[in-house]
Amino acid sequence: MASPAKKVAQALEPERDLVQFLDHEGNLVGTPDYPLTDEDLQKLYAHLVRARLTDEKGINLQRQGRIGFHVPATGEEAVQFGTAWGLQDEDWIFPAYRTGHIIALRDIPLKGFFDNLFGNAADRAMGRQMPVHWAFRDAKFVSISSPIGTHIVQAVGSAIAQRNTGDKGISITYFGDGGTSSNDFHSGLNFAGVYDAPCVFVCTNNQYAITCRVDQQTASETIAIKAKAYGMPGLRVDGNDLLACYDAGMKAIERARSGEGPTLIEALSYRMGGHSTSDDPRRYRTEEEMEYWRARDPIIRVQKLLHNKELIDKKTDDDLWAEIKSEVDAAAKAAEAEGPPDVSTLIEKVFEEIPEDLRAQYEELIATGGLEGGGHH
Amino acid sequence: MPTMNLLQAVNDAIKVSMRQDERVCIFGEDVGKAGGVFRTTEGIQEEFGEQRCFDTPLNESGIIGIAVGMAVYGMRPIAEIQFLDFLYPGFDQLVSEAAKMRYRSGGEFTCPMVLRTPYGGGIRGGHYHSQSTEVYFTHTAGLKVVIPSNPHDAKGLLLASIEDPDPVVFMEPKRIYRASKGEVPEGYYTVPLGKAAVAREGTDCTIVAYGSMMEMALKGAERAAEESGVNAEVIDLRTLVPLDIDTIIQSVEKTGRLVVVHEAQKTCGFGAEISALVAERAVLSLEAPIVRVAGLDTPFPYTLEYNYLPNPARVAWAVDKVMTY
Repeated sequence: MASPAKKVAQALEPERDLVQFLDHEGNLVGTPDYPLTDEDLQKLYAHLVRARLTDEKGINLQRQGRIGFHVPATGEEAVQFGTAWGLQDEDWIFPAYRTGHIIALRDIPLKGFFDNLFGNAADRAMGRQMPVHWAFRDAKFVSISSPIGTHIVQAVGSAIAQRNTGDKGISITYFGDGGTSSNDFHSGLNFAGVYDAPCVFVCTNNQYAITCRVDQQTASETIAIKAKAYGMPGLRVDGNDLLACYDAGMKAIERARSGEGPTLIEALSYRMGGHSTSDDPRRYRTEEEMEYWRARDPIIRVQKLLHNKELIDKKTDDDLWAEIKSEVDAAAKAAEAEGPPDVSTLIEKVFEEIPEDLRAQYEELIATGGLEGGGHH
Repeated sequence: MPTMNLLQAVNDAIKVSMRQDERVCIFGEDVGKAGGVFRTTEGIQEEFGEQRCFDTPLNESGIIGIAVGMAVYGMRPIAEIQFLDFLYPGFDQLVSEAAKMRYRSGGEFTCPMVLRTPYGGGIRGGHYHSQSTEVYFTHTAGLKVVIPSNPHDAKGLLLASIEDPDPVVFMEPKRIYRASKGEVPEGYYTVPLGKAAVAREGTDCTIVAYGSMMEMALKGAERAAEESGVNAEVIDLRTLVPLDIDTIIQSVEKTGRLVVVHEAQKTCGFGAEISALVAERAVLSLEAPIVRVAGLDTPFPYTLEYNYLPNPARVAWAVDKVMTY
C-alpha cells in the first residue's frame, strides 16, 4: 500500500531502547535493579526447559493425530517466566494462549496443561475449547478465549476491582504484537491510564501474527512507545533475556502494587515455531532469519550462564533435560488416559442452573441419534 | 468442465471478478502474500498486486471499517474475516454502518461490499472457530446473507454478491471447503441471490437446510427412504436474506410436512423464522408440527462437537416424527 521500503526502514528499529542484561552468548552485561539469585536462575532454567519440552510434546501429539491442535511458545519462554517470577499469589493473570506455561508457578500440575490439550474428562475447562485455552480459578489464571486482545481490557477491570476492595494484588496481562492492533488494546490501556489501574501489560513482540510481520502490524517505531499515548511508561526489553524480563516485570509489578499505576512492557522476542500446528512458517520466513534467532534462543543463554557460574555441567544438565522429558511424557500419558467428557456435560454451565428447555433439547438429542456422531472426526 | 472444491470455486470467483472489474479488491488477515489461512486467496496478490489484494493488521473493525469507506467511495471491496467467530469487534461497522448506509442517507450513500467469512463446526475448532451465527445478520435489515453449500453455487453466488449494490455477508461452510467437490463452469456466470434450489425432489416431506448441513439433510433423506420408504424433498436455501419463501411454501403445500436443519443453536435460529412464515402462509397444508433439527442452546463444544452437530440420524428421526404424527 504505502511505499514498503520507507515503512520498513522506519518501523520497529530492533535495537532501539532495548534493555539487556544477558546477551545471547551468555555474557552478563550491565546490572539489573532486580537481580535473580543463583537459586532463582536454576529454578527458572528448569521451568524454561519444561516449557520447551512440553511444547515439543504438544507438537508431536498433534502430528500423530492424538490431539487436534497446539500453539507452541517456543522461543518465548523467558518472557512469561521472567515477568511472572515476581508475582505474588494474590495477583491475577489474564494470559494469552501462548502463555500457558506459567501455570507451573501457581502449582498447577503439568497434567493440567495436557488435560486441556486433550480436552478430556479431567480438563478444568471441560473439553469445551480448542487446546491451549486453559482456565484455573484457584491459580487466578483467567479463562482464555481465541479472539485476540479481549482479555487486555478485562485485566484493567480486575485491577480496578482489586484497588477498590483494598486487595494488595495487581493484575497482569499477556498478549502479542498482533494483540496491539485490537480494539481492546486501545480500550485497556486507555482505561488503565485514566483510572491509574494497578496492572501490568506485557507484550511479547514475537514479530509475527500468523504471517503478518510486526512492521506491517503497526507503523509505530516500537510497541513500548505506544505507552506514551496512554499516559504510562513503556519498558522495552530483550524478551529472550530472562534477567531483563524479570527486572522489567518487577519494576512494573512494584509500580502497580505501590499505587503508581500501569506499565506497558514490550519484550522483543521471536516466534521460533509456527503460529500453531496448522501453520508452516517456512512459507513466509527465510531460513536466514530463523537461523539468526535460533542463536538468540532464550534457553541457550541461561544454560551458558549457568555453565559459566559452574552451577551446572554437561552431565547434570543432560540429566535435568532427561528427567524433565520423563515428567512431560508421564503427564501427557496420564492426560491421554482420561478419555473424553461425558456427553451429558454438554448442557452444563451455560448458566448456573440448567434451564428446563435446554435439558429437553438434550434429551431429544440423545433419543434421536445425537450419540451416533460421537468423539472426534 | 473443471471439477473444483469449494475453496477453489471461491478463489476462482474472486479472480474472475477482479479481472473484469478493477473496482474489486480483497483484504484481510493473512489474505495477501500467504493466500489466506485456508488458501482461499492463493495467487490473487500475485496476479493483481498488493494494492488490490493486501494483508491487514489484526483488527476486524479496521477491516470492515475500511471496507465500508471504500464501498461508500465507489469501490467494490471484499473484506475477509478469518473466522466468523472473530467478526464481533467489527460488528458495529457491519450493522451500524454498512447495513444502514443506504437507508439512513436516503440513498445518498450506498455500501456495495461483500464480507466473506468461513463459518460452522466440524473442524475441531471449539467455541471460537465453529460458530454459525447467521441470525445476527439476518436480523439486521439492510444486510443480505448468502450461504452456499457446493462449489458451483459458491462461485456463482459470490460473483452475484460482488455485483450486488448492497452489503452481502457471504458465509463459507468451512467443514466442507475441501470435501465438497463438483463441476464448476470456467469464466463468468452468476447464481442469483434470493433463489433457493430443490436439491432432491420428493413428495412426502420437505427438508429445508443450507450450507454445511445440506449434506446431513440429503443423507437424512436417504436414510428415511431406506428405513421407511419416505420420499423427502430437500431444499437448499442458498440465500437466507432475501429469502425464497415461495419455493418453501410450494414444497410444503405439496408435502404437508416440514423439517428444518441448521447447526446454529435452536433458539432464535433461522429455523424459527421459516417456521413462523410457513405457519402464516401454509398452516392448512401442514399435517404435522414443524420440526427443527438444530444445535443445542450452548456454545459450540470442542471434544463433543460430533454429538452437537446435526447428523443424518437426527434428520431421519425428525422426518419420521412428522410423517407419523
